[in-house]
Amino acid sequence: MTRSGLRGLRAAALTGTLVFASGAYAAENPIKLGVLEDQSGDFAAATIGKVHAIQLAAEEINKSGGIMGRPLELVTYDTQSDNTRYQEFMRRVLQRDKVDVVFAGFSSASREAYRPIVDQFNGFAFYNNQYEGGVCDGHMVVTGAVPEQQFSTLIPYMMQTYGKKVYTLAADYNFGQISAEWVRKIVKENGGEMAGEEFIPLGVSQFSQSIQNIQKAKPDFVVTLLVGTAQASYYEQAASANVNLPMASSVNVGQGYEHKRFKPPSLKDMYVTTNYIEEIDTPKSKEFYAKFKAKFPSEPYVNQEAENSYLAVYLYKQMVERAKSTNRDEIRKVIATGDVCMDAPEGKVCIDPKSQHMSHTIYLAKVGADHSISFPKIWEDIKPYWLGEAGCDLTKKDPMAQYTPSNPPPKP
Amino acid sequence: MDIATLVFSALYQFGDAFAFLVLSACGLAVIFGMMGVINLAHGEFIMCGAYVTAATVHAGLPLPLGILCGTLASACVGVLVELLVIRHLYERPLDTIVATWGLSLIATQGTLIMVGSTMAGVGTPFGSFQVGAYSYSIYRIVLFVAALAVLGALYALFNWTRFGVLARATIQVPHMAAALGVDTRLIYSLTFACGAGLAGLAGGLYAPTMTLVPTMGATFIMEAFVTVVIGGADVFLGTAPAGGILAIVKSGMTSWQGQLFGQIGLLIAVIIVVRVLPKGISGFVLRERT
Repeated sequence: MTRSGLRGLRAAALTGTLVFASGAYAAENPIKLGVLEDQSGDFAAATIGKVHAIQLAAEEINKSGGIMGRPLELVTYDTQSDNTRYQEFMRRVLQRDKVDVVFAGFSSASREAYRPIVDQFNGFAFYNNQYEGGVCDGHMVVTGAVPEQQFSTLIPYMMQTYGKKVYTLAADYNFGQISAEWVRKIVKENGGEMAGEEFIPLGVSQFSQSIQNIQKAKPDFVVTLLVGTAQASYYEQAASANVNLPMASSVNVGQGYEHKRFKPPSLKDMYVTTNYIEEIDTPKSKEFYAKFKAKFPSEPYVNQEAENSYLAVYLYKQMVERAKSTNRDEIRKVIATGDVCMDAPEGKVCIDPKSQHMSHTIYLAKVGADHSISFPKIWEDIKPYWLGEAGCDLTKKDPMAQYTPSNPPPKP
Repeated sequence: MDIATLVFSALYQFGDAFAFLVLSACGLAVIFGMMGVINLAHGEFIMCGAYVTAATVHAGLPLPLGILCGTLASACVGVLVELLVIRHLYERPLDTIVATWGLSLIATQGTLIMVGSTMAGVGTPFGSFQVGAYSYSIYRIVLFVAALAVLGALYALFNWTRFGVLARATIQVPHMAAALGVDTRLIYSLTFACGAGLAGLAGGLYAPTMTLVPTMGATFIMEAFVTVVIGGADVFLGTAPAGGILAIVKSGMTSWQGQLFGQIGLLIAVIIVVRVLPKGISGFVLRERT
């Protein structure tokens, strides 16, 4: 403690208040960032990279002087792919560790498990993951892509290229069910037809019968919304049964790097809309990838959620510096101006003030027979427009709810 | 679509479900069904077999030899586990639950830390064949044949060999077997290793068809336990009919209403069988005989 600090404390003690002292030391107090991600369990393969990306960004920020001169301190817990762990640790980071912001969650089930706790304790959370969309909650910022960004690009492309009969194979929980609803809606809008749909319970790894059901329905392509490592066994089993249908997905490759894990050609003709994967060949992307690999040489893959998490730390830095505060209401005033943007590894991204979701550059990644990636199409600056158009406006009202196409926000 | 195609597809799906149930359950049938050790680390023995198989195949061995290595590695781990942990808990069956559960957590997390979150697959061999409108994987037929072969081998082992007779004697009346000069500790060890090795074999056989992650054992364990529970104490007379009944229910329900109903049907069938036949199918069959 410095001399002036001691003097300050004495003065504070004399005047019977510690306001002065706490003001004098605020500059050195770290900004605490809670990190709740799955570092073990069924989702670990896709999410360990998110923790590493946050560590990378925090290290870079701390090296260049922190946020408003305050260092960034990470408070990290392993949520073990378990929804109840999210609830425990969310209470812990908000109540005991008193973090300023929390970066949390992979599966939508876990997000919906912790979101009421963030709302209850008036916390501030970033969900850095693609998901089924529709969360209209002022306590949340979502940096991942949503269906209007991933499906309204992907499905029409697939229908033009391969045909109008679509089969959906989706994980049986909120993410898969709501995403499948989006696919149904977009297929119908584009004059196609659903050849079939099947929902697979999480943890299922045997797909012989599902494969036969698909062959029976004779679709032009299959939309695979399979989640978790157990369900990824589908590709190997479908390939060995010679299903040979093109596949489309919003989650595979970009999260679970199945093209690296399985032997070619089991993912041949898989099309994925993603806002980042390590194969993207732009200077910004290459720079990010090189930095990531320099810090974590054994990282198996740098996926889209790693990039979302990385840029989210920088977005938070920008918000705090512009708000000159870590107070959520002050930060939301900054978001409401509508120009919280940055040049991310994927390209330029901006936060939409109405929904607190993010615009993205969407890359259509195609997996070749040798599992190499090509990008037949790139859509720049795709906005997360659905919530705003449907009537969610967080600058005016905060309903703290999740909406779907069949359950839109109530009309005023 | 003609009848032959339908019949073949139903048989194929039955065989596929049967192979998965029987191969997952065989090792557990020995360890839990026969020896009475509730082994919650069964899935991790399967994972061990799968990982060793994949690693040896990556190192250049052909798949059958890789599967053999996986089986032997699991059996060796089984011997170690029996010596260090299980041996001291034969009289305390409830404590083995906690001990083996702990082992399974250590194995899963240890693999995650040492080998990483995933391992590259080895690819399914043999390709596919076409019947009517459907194409099928040949390797799935291999799995079905392997399940039948394992059942046959177990029957032969426990009924026709000296080791089998000693193992059954040791497990039925340990004191009497010991009094007659049987090294019961050794027999327990070998029987446990046999069960662990069978788990490793299941892992090795399924390694080419599945995603290789530290938690992969969890996808086998439910099927393994329900098959053994409704099968009862006899490895052959229990596991084979239990696998058959559950496979019919599961493949039928799945083809009718999808995977979710396949699982629901499986569990309802288990509840009914356990209610009607508390000693399992083999208990029922053996009582009829005597």
